[in-house]
Amino acid sequence: MIQLKDLHKSYQMGNSSLHVLKGINLDIKEGELVAIMGSSGSGKSTLLNIIGMLDLLDEGSYELDKVLIKDLDETKAAQYRNRFLGFIFQSFNLINYKTALENVSLPLYYQGVSRKERQLKAMDYLTSVGLADWATHLPSELSGGQKQRVAIARAMASEPKLLLADEPTGALDTKTSYEVMDLIQKINNQGKTILVVTHEEDIAEMCKRIVKLKDGVIVEDKKVKQVLAAQYV
Amino acid sequence: MNSFKIIFDRDTWQEIFGSIQKNKVRTIITVVGVLWGIFIYITLSGAAKGLDNGFERQFQNIAMNSMFVWAQRTSIPYDGFKTGRAPQLKIQDVQTLQNNIPAIQFIAPRNARGIFGQPGALIARGSKSSTFNIYGDFPEYTKIATKKIYNGGRFINKADIDNARKVCVIGERTKKELFEKDEDVIGEYIRVDDIYFQVIGVHKYVSGGGFESDGDVFIPFSTFKQLYNTGDNVAWFTIAAYDNADVVEVEKKVKQTLKRIHRVAPEDERAFGSFNLGEIFNRIMGFARGMTLLSLIVGIATIIAGVIGIGNILLISVKERTKELGVRRALGATPGEVRMQILLESVFLTFVAGIIGIVLGAFTLAGINAATVNLEDFPYTNPTVPISFVLGALAIMITLGTLIGLIPAQRAVSIKPIDALREE
Repeated sequence: MIQLKDLHKSYQMGNSSLHVLKGINLDIKEGELVAIMGSSGSGKSTLLNIIGMLDLLDEGSYELDKVLIKDLDETKAAQYRNRFLGFIFQSFNLINYKTALENVSLPLYYQGVSRKERQLKAMDYLTSVGLADWATHLPSELSGGQKQRVAIARAMASEPKLLLADEPTGALDTKTSYEVMDLIQKINNQGKTILVVTHEEDIAEMCKRIVKLKDGVIVEDKKVKQVLAAQYV
Repeated sequence: MNSFKIIFDRDTWQEIFGSIQKNKVRTIITVVGVLWGIFIYITLSGAAKGLDNGFERQFQNIAMNSMFVWAQRTSIPYDGFKTGRAPQLKIQDVQTLQNNIPAIQFIAPRNARGIFGQPGALIARGSKSSTFNIYGDFPEYTKIATKKIYNGGRFINKADIDNARKVCVIGERTKKELFEKDEDVIGEYIRVDDIYFQVIGVHKYVSGGGFESDGDVFIPFSTFKQLYNTGDNVAWFTIAAYDNADVVEVEKKVKQTLKRIHRVAPEDERAFGSFNLGEIFNRIMGFARGMTLLSLIVGIATIIAGVIGIGNILLISVKERTKELGVRRALGATPGEVRMQILLESVFLTFVAGIIGIVLGAFTLAGINAATVNLEDFPYTNPTVPISFVLGALAIMITLGTLIGLIPAQRAVSIKPIDALREE
């Protein structure tokens, strides 16, 4: 699904240059649930941004679903993001003046899906995260866990090949975190490839594979026995 | 998605309404800026037009390109004459003037009693009598200064002149003073300085036309001549030039010709007096045009200020919405779609504000019109704004709204989604 070869990325900080990613090689198969771990400054967010086409790589190559991702202008990147990727953010990033249903249907709007179809689909996904009853509520009327579930439904709505979750449980308490992880595991079990950036060990252990980053290089890449979140819920 | 599809897509508008409704205070403040601009523009240019119409109304009963010419006293000795001689205008001058100056459309020689110091005529009927100004006129006079004659009557015609008929046109006041209230006056006889005259018409007095009044009596020029023994003398000429003629030039030529006929020094500026209505009218209309131009400039400047206000507020709102726009980009909105959204917000707000402003302006103009409709002396009539001005203002607003909207739209696009999302 994802093939990264010798990926380099540096940022220009005034006169000095900060080398953030120093040759990342990573191969992620379809259906994997991968945790990317590392302390802050290890480059894990940069890696996620490059995979999410929010940022450009300096050197190396990036293939997503056998499509070589290069020479992206903003328009093309937007179209790729819309087609291939679903984002889940730490702070949910729901649009606060739109209802849960409208939020979920937003990526479909940008896909050009007709209004009716959009609403039906969005409702399906809201139902699948257990929030059908909350469809007409604004984000401000939802709890943190509910918001993240809406965000997950939104990420799923465009039927992406890959879900990217940046600290999805960072703003949630432990119990809600496990509920969200339970949902992510269920989605993964249906065959979706998911990348989770986290610095929490217990969250990482709920994934099937852990990639540890330190100072811009992968220091550890291991398959783990998945801890089921459902047992804590 | 191409841009036309975006404009006519219901979802686009839903997105725009969503974000406009999100911050009502911002929207209202923005709208008020442009609304005020277009309101000022409509009110001012309507008022200027009203002034324009008002001036036209004040002059409606007299030809705009007309003038009066009369004789005064010479100030330069010439051709054996001393200074201080008073040339006398003659009826024969009419033919000479018309032959020499093709730009003249009508000449109406006039004589009068009751103005310029002489006593008026004693008009009597039965036991009632009063003194009124009396004029000896040609039918041409009505071509220059419109005389409204009440139903059933007429003004002096050529046959009256040819036969020196003893007929007269009297004023409303004359009628009131000499006749009973509902009496039919046409065909009745009155005495003018003890000579019987038949009344052929009653003229309606319209204010604003020089020294005439509602009591004036008009009789044929030839009759006047016999009655007062004025011979070929003429008190003054009323002259109308063709519409396309330069009235100032015509006035100059008339005076030159008169000087030649009456053997007055060509450089003598005082021998003939004149009053050029055309020139005065041009000046007043120039003033009115100036007002229109001023109101256009002020109005458009205010609109521009308002639209810049919209741009300013949208710029701030783009900053506020950095995160939202970042999320949209992450979800697959292309820069073009984001730009279009901000742009349409700008144009839409401008447009709505413009329409409301136009409507309010129209109401204000209607209000002013209703308040001034009965003021005869106030030169303000039917304030309207030409539809071209309104459409022009709308076009300017939409163009400016688009141009100004480009700035925040570009700003919105220039924010990278990664930066937008990082902001926490």
